[in-house]
Amino acid sequence: MTTARFGRVDLLPMLTRGLFLALIAFVIFGPLANLVLWAFAERWYFPNKFPNEYGLSFWYRVFQPRGNALASLGTSVWIAVLTVIVSLAVAVPAGYALARLRLPWRAGILLLFLLPQAIPNMPVYVNIARVFYTIGLNGTVAGVVLVHAAHGLVLAVWIASAAFAAVDASLEEASRNLGASPWTCFRTVTLPLAAPGLIASAIFVFLESLDEFTGTYFVGVPDVTTLPLLMFNASMGGNYQIASITALLLLVPSIAFMLVVERFLKPEVLAMVGR
Amino acid sequence: MRSAAARQQRAGLALVSPALFVVALFFILPMLMSVVLAFRGKDGGLTFEHMAKALDLYRNDLVFTVGITVLSTVGIAVCAILIASYVTLGSSERTRTALRWLYRWPLFIPFIVTGQVMRTFLAKNGMLNHVLVGGGLIDAASAQSLLDWRGIVIAFVWKQVPFVTLLLAGAMAAVDSQHIEAARNLGAPRWRVLVDIVLPQVRGTLLVGLVLSFVTMLSVLSVPMMINPNSPTLVTVDIAYRINTHGDYAVANALCLLSLLLAAGGAALYLRHAVAKAVPAA
Repeated sequence: MTTARFGRVDLLPMLTRGLFLALIAFVIFGPLANLVLWAFAERWYFPNKFPNEYGLSFWYRVFQPRGNALASLGTSVWIAVLTVIVSLAVAVPAGYALARLRLPWRAGILLLFLLPQAIPNMPVYVNIARVFYTIGLNGTVAGVVLVHAAHGLVLAVWIASAAFAAVDASLEEASRNLGASPWTCFRTVTLPLAAPGLIASAIFVFLESLDEFTGTYFVGVPDVTTLPLLMFNASMGGNYQIASITALLLLVPSIAFMLVVERFLKPEVLAMVGR
Repeated sequence: MRSAAARQQRAGLALVSPALFVVALFFILPMLMSVVLAFRGKDGGLTFEHMAKALDLYRNDLVFTVGITVLSTVGIAVCAILIASYVTLGSSERTRTALRWLYRWPLFIPFIVTGQVMRTFLAKNGMLNHVLVGGGLIDAASAQSLLDWRGIVIAFVWKQVPFVTLLLAGAMAAVDSQHIEAARNLGAPRWRVLVDIVLPQVRGTLLVGLVLSFVTMLSVLSVPMMINPNSPTLVTVDIAYRINTHGDYAVANALCLLSLLLAAGGAALYLRHAVAKAVPAA
């Protein structure tokens, strides 16, 4: 095909590939770099390319003991922990049943669990907020947890079901044949083997809750301010430094998890985090 | 024997029913409420007043929403196909590895952070313009802010391409390599192999990825609010505005129903595909 292969490297294709990669790297990291610059900018006036002055004073403001940001971070983490508990309590049994038991109307049940992914979420948030308003759940942590848990649940059911399906059924049969009750078998064989997947689903639900904006915007205001809401308010108020610092706080756990988790989870599931 | 099977079915139902209850309460019911409230008048009777008002006030935004989401979906499809095909079929091993590492980054970045990131990057004084001016591609006087419909499309494509690419690259890697090698041996150039052999086999996956992205874009509030809050904007912003400023759930629900209708075709397609894939797994 090419005689030029002998003796010298094909320079042109290499250069093209290099340029192509550089372009993609800029598209991906350029916006993120801009965010980092804003996070450390003391002052940045038009039309300067770079901040007029760098510093950490906004970081001190974000992390001051009685600042809004720390309180929001606390609220966010608290809500995320409760969300994990609520959604896993409901999702793990369902995931087990989907993976292991014969279910009547199986296709219909699957359809119901898939549906939340297939519909735009605005009608859901709007009407839940309306109902919560009348029963006094708007603006409460419990209300926000319920909304987050409903969304986390759908995610967790799929991951848990995949985790249980991956457990070798012959091990369960062996334990049953040796006289273990169904519950003992589940507790000592199935559950430990499925644990990595279940932990992954817990982390996913946690991150999804941490990053969630729209549901909290409708159900949480004005009393529950999570980190994404604080970020949004800071940004809309024109305080790009505070917004960028809180954005970085939100990014770190997500990116760290991404680098670890993509090896052992299906892309369909991976892609559901970060809304 | 039959009673054991029946017992297992009962146990299974008991285990899934709490989760089904949550889905019914938090997804199905609100959807039905949207349908009902969009057509219920003050006296409780049937009315088309809210729908008419929604269409009258927000016709431009509805058209704008369709335009933006369709344009973004096309952009996502093109970028995802290019990246996924290079990752699976590309000639240089090193470039493939680098690309595989690069493209995933926005996947886990929340939409709200994407909004903030793009708000600074695409602004008149943002890094994009500085780089373009510095590289001599445009002159400083013609630098403009991209924080309008273009900003929304860029943010959506940036955020969603990794998702579709990830799905697509997985499907492409599963295409029988014998087909590809046979075509290559017969002298087909790489792009012919892609168009004639690989793409037809991954059509279903691409469709699922695009439908899920489309639905996601119809649900995102933060990006349009942060990049382009003024009219014309996406209906998500209008819905939030009807509620926050007017407490007008009727028109908001009419708009919600319209956004459900926009997604309905794609959703049906996706559900059929996903259920068909999931059912034999039992």
